[in-house]
Parts: sequence; structure tokens; C-alpha cells
Amino acid sequence: MSKKLLKWNEDRTLFPEKNSEGKIDVDYDSHKFMKIWHGPQHPGITGNMSLELTLLGDEVMDCETHVGYLHRGFEKLMERRKYIQCFPIVCRVAVPEPDFNEYCFASAMEELAGIEVPEAAEWLRTLVLEMSRLQSFLAWMGGQAGSLGQGIIGQWTIYLRDLILDRFEELTGGRIYHMYMLPGGVRGLLPDGFRQRMTENLDEIDRFMKDVKKVMFDNAVFKKRTVGMGVIDPAWIHPFGITGPNARAAGVAKDVRKDNPYLKYPELDFEPVVGKDSDIYTRADVRRRDLLMTVDLIRQIMAKIPDKGDIRAKTPNVLHWKVPAGETYSRAECTRGEYGYYMVSDGTEYPRRINVRGPSYTHAVALLEKMIVNANIADVAGLMVSLHTYPPEIER
Amino acid sequence: MQTIIENLQKHFQVVSYHQQRENLGFLIASKEVAVGLITHLRDYEGFAHLVLLTAVDWIEDEHFQLTYLLHHPEKKVDLGVRVMISRENAEMYSIHHLWEQARTYQRELREMFGINFPGSPDVDKPFILEGWEEIPPYRRDFDTKEYSEKTYFPRPGRETHDPAEYMKKKLYPNE
Repeated sequence: MSKKLLKWNEDRTLFPEKNSEGKIDVDYDSHKFMKIWHGPQHPGITGNMSLELTLLGDEVMDCETHVGYLHRGFEKLMERRKYIQCFPIVCRVAVPEPDFNEYCFASAMEELAGIEVPEAAEWLRTLVLEMSRLQSFLAWMGGQAGSLGQGIIGQWTIYLRDLILDRFEELTGGRIYHMYMLPGGVRGLLPDGFRQRMTENLDEIDRFMKDVKKVMFDNAVFKKRTVGMGVIDPAWIHPFGITGPNARAAGVAKDVRKDNPYLKYPELDFEPVVGKDSDIYTRADVRRRDLLMTVDLIRQIMAKIPDKGDIRAKTPNVLHWKVPAGETYSRAECTRGEYGYYMVSDGTEYPRRINVRGPSYTHAVALLEKMIVNANIADVAGLMVSLHTYPPEIER
Repeated sequence: MQTIIENLQKHFQVVSYHQQRENLGFLIASKEVAVGLITHLRDYEGFAHLVLLTAVDWIEDEHFQLTYLLHHPEKKVDLGVRVMISRENAEMYSIHHLWEQARTYQRELREMFGINFPGSPDVDKPFILEGWEEIPPYRRDFDTKEYSEKTYFPRPGRETHDPAEYMKKKLYPNE
């Protein structure tokens, strides 16, 4: 790649040479190095995790990701609960995007039990997943702008996110955690007047996103701090397990919605948003365009979603449901990439093993530790947010 | 998928194969051939993406099941490689040289299941837990309830009242 991975001090004679392992020998007694903790309580960190940084001047020489501040042992908890009792747990694995957890868990269960979900429920699930994507992108956009000093964007996008949370509240009863999808279908049809209110909200988002484009993406400071910064080499995609917008910004059109279509996505008209330069700016722009595409997808879904019909397939009594023995993997495209549930059943009323595959697992540990070396300390927050990671899904 | 499995069987001993759905299958391979088979799948069959690596504790059969889930980006199919290893002296060959993120999975499995991956970078470093002295917590024989009762003391509950009596006293204090 012609671009540097990160902007650094051009005069490399100031820095010690790397050893055979590609790292520098850190000698704290020389008083040249400093160790600082970036997080777990820091506005520039995404959630409860921390980075142990070794600095030389203002440049990062080494980084180690620390997680575990939010470990609640979800996977173990689920082994001690009946399948239906897992639903209030799974949504908490990724706080800003609970619905992908619900969908993956429910669909894995349905596959093992051989249950067909009614068409109306499939449309409603598709709608909820896209609404979840939209509000998550809006929250992220405020975070990315805020990490580079633009507080106003966060105020706008959190307002827009609140509009979507209002619609969630109307549809599901909950703003953050919805527990709307259940094995066999969903909990309810669209309320009266929902379409009209959703259309108004989408129009509002469209209007605001034009301002966001001008204030954030056309801003000289934002460009200067993000263009050419934090480049992901396309050759890293598979070795590091990179998915979602992080991969698409590098020109690799990976999108589970297209690659392994699920729900009603084959009936929707869309193409994965792809970038070229793979820097922080491109990743942000890919997410902005993805957000606008989500607005369009919700409009398409609203035009096709039925007003009535079965929304729940007949299932056994959920309190005594023995899911047939077997194992499967169910995946969906969340805002950050491939989200998946690996489910193993031993034929009892309790899951034998659930493993959650969150994209942050690969993006926030191996990839971040590699990318952050030689970054300026002032760019660490911007770089980290540009990977869009959530710690709970690492330590689930 | 069937062609891929037939190709594999020419080079490796595949113990069994199960097609879960059109684009997902699971095979069982022995511990000795597993890393060679996974390398072959990555380099010759095109399964370039490691989706996940995890373990299942089959305590009654005295073994752990390691599942390597691989994805083929062009053919859009997934293949799970299942490897059974003994619970006693649980150890498996490392694949950190094949995928960068594998070291994180292996470090987690070492901590949560006590499965060792000799040679994997930082495999003995605590990942999520700090100062853990019990048996690895994701093993089936680790009892979460017993642990929490032993480790944490119960907080006294709040004072409770019979609602009818309470409201009666509150509304009609002089009666």
C-alpha cells in the first residue's frame, strides 16, 4: 500500500531499532518510556475495556488489550437456564445491538427444532434488525465524531437515535432491550400509525444526515485527522478475521446479508457499500452510506410488510421444550460485521453450549494491537472507535 | 460441499461427516490430523476465514470437543471441524500461525476450559479472569451457585410488609 498505516514522526533516528520479533526492547530505567492506561474509564474508549500503552514521547510503541471489566459469564449462565430463559440474557451480550443476538439465538433454536417461521414474522424480524442497525450506526457516529473533538454531531445523532428508540418502545415495549423475537416468531404486529411515524422519523434522519455530512465529513479538521490514518491492509482481512464495514472499507464486499441471505433480505434491493482507501475516513464514510442504505431498506420493508397474519409458529410448551440434539451456527450481519451463535443441544431442556461470535473479538484484540503501534496518543481514541467495537461481546 | 469432503478424504482420515444444512457441515477429525486438515482447508480448499474456535465439555464421555468453524468466502459455505480431546491432560496443537486471532481464542480456552495450546503466544496470561484459583469456570463440573455462595456473602433483604396491613396503617393510622 502506498499509504502509511499511521502518521508518525518522520525522524526515526529518535526511536530505538526493532528487535528480531519486530518489537522494540522497552527499558523503563532509561526514562524514555512511559506506560499509561487508556481506559477502562475514559470517554475515548468504547465501553469497559482498557489499553495498556507503552509510549515513547507521544508515540505508541506497544499495546495490550485488557478485557474482563464486564464479564458476566453469559455463555455459562445459559447452560443453567431453559432456552426461553436465555432470551433476557442474550440481548445483553451487545448492548447497542441486542436484536442480532435475539435473532441468531432464535434462528439457531428453530433450525435444530425444525420450526418454520411465518412470513409476517420474518418481515418484522427484518424490520427490527434494520432498526437496530440504524440506531447503532447513529450512536457510533456520535462516538466517532466525539473522539476527534466534534461534540455537536453526537448531540444530533443521539437525538435521531432516540427517535428510533421511540419506535422500538412502541413496537416492543422496550427502548434498549427488546426481547421481541421469540422462538417461532415475534411478539406482535405493527401498532396503528407506526408506519406514518416511522416515515416521519426517516425523513428527519435524512435531513439531519445532510448536515452531518457537511459538518463532519466535509470538515477540514476531521479530514486531516482521519484521511490516510489507521489503514487496514486488504491482505489482513482473512488472517485477522475482519468483517463488516472494516472489511468493506478495504474494498472487500463482505456482507452476510448478501453472502448468506437470511430472513427477507433476498427480496430487498441493495448492494453492499464498499470503500477503497481503508483509512479511518473511509470506514466512517462507509458507515455513513451504510446508514443511509439502512434508511432505504426500512422504507422498502415498510412497503412490503403485511399488516396482519400469523406472527408465531406453533411451538412446544417453552417451559418443557426439549430441543433435539445437534449443533448449528446461525449468523447475521450486524453494524460491525459477522455476528453468530454456535449452539449445541444434547436433547435436554437446557442448551449444552452456546458460543457467541462477535466481531469485536477479532477487531478489538489482535487487529487493534497491531494497528495502534506507531499511532500518536491523541489518535488512539479515534482509531479505536473507527473499528467500532463493543467489549461485552469479547468477554461474554 | 460433498466434493470438498471427498477431496479431504483422499488426504486425511475423516472420522465422520454430518451435513447440518445446505451450506453448513460438521466433520470429526482426530487430534493428530486436525491441524494438517485445517491447514489444507485454508490453503487448498479456500476456507480462508476462521469464524470461531470454541470448546464443548462432554464431561460424561470424559472429553472436550473443540470446534473450528471455517468459512469459504467464495463458495459461501461453512465447515465445522470437530476434534475430541481427553479431559485429562487437555492439550491441543496450536493454530496461531494460521490465523492471527487464533491466539486470542486459544488464550480464552486455556483460561475458561483449561485446555492448553503449547506454543501459542501469551496462552498462560490471564485474559478475562484475574487471580482465578478455582477449576476453569466453563467446565461442566464448575458449580457457579456453589462458588458464588462461597465467595460472596448474602446481603440482608429489605424489610417487607403485608401490603394490606401496611396500607391500612398508612391510610387509617388512628384505627
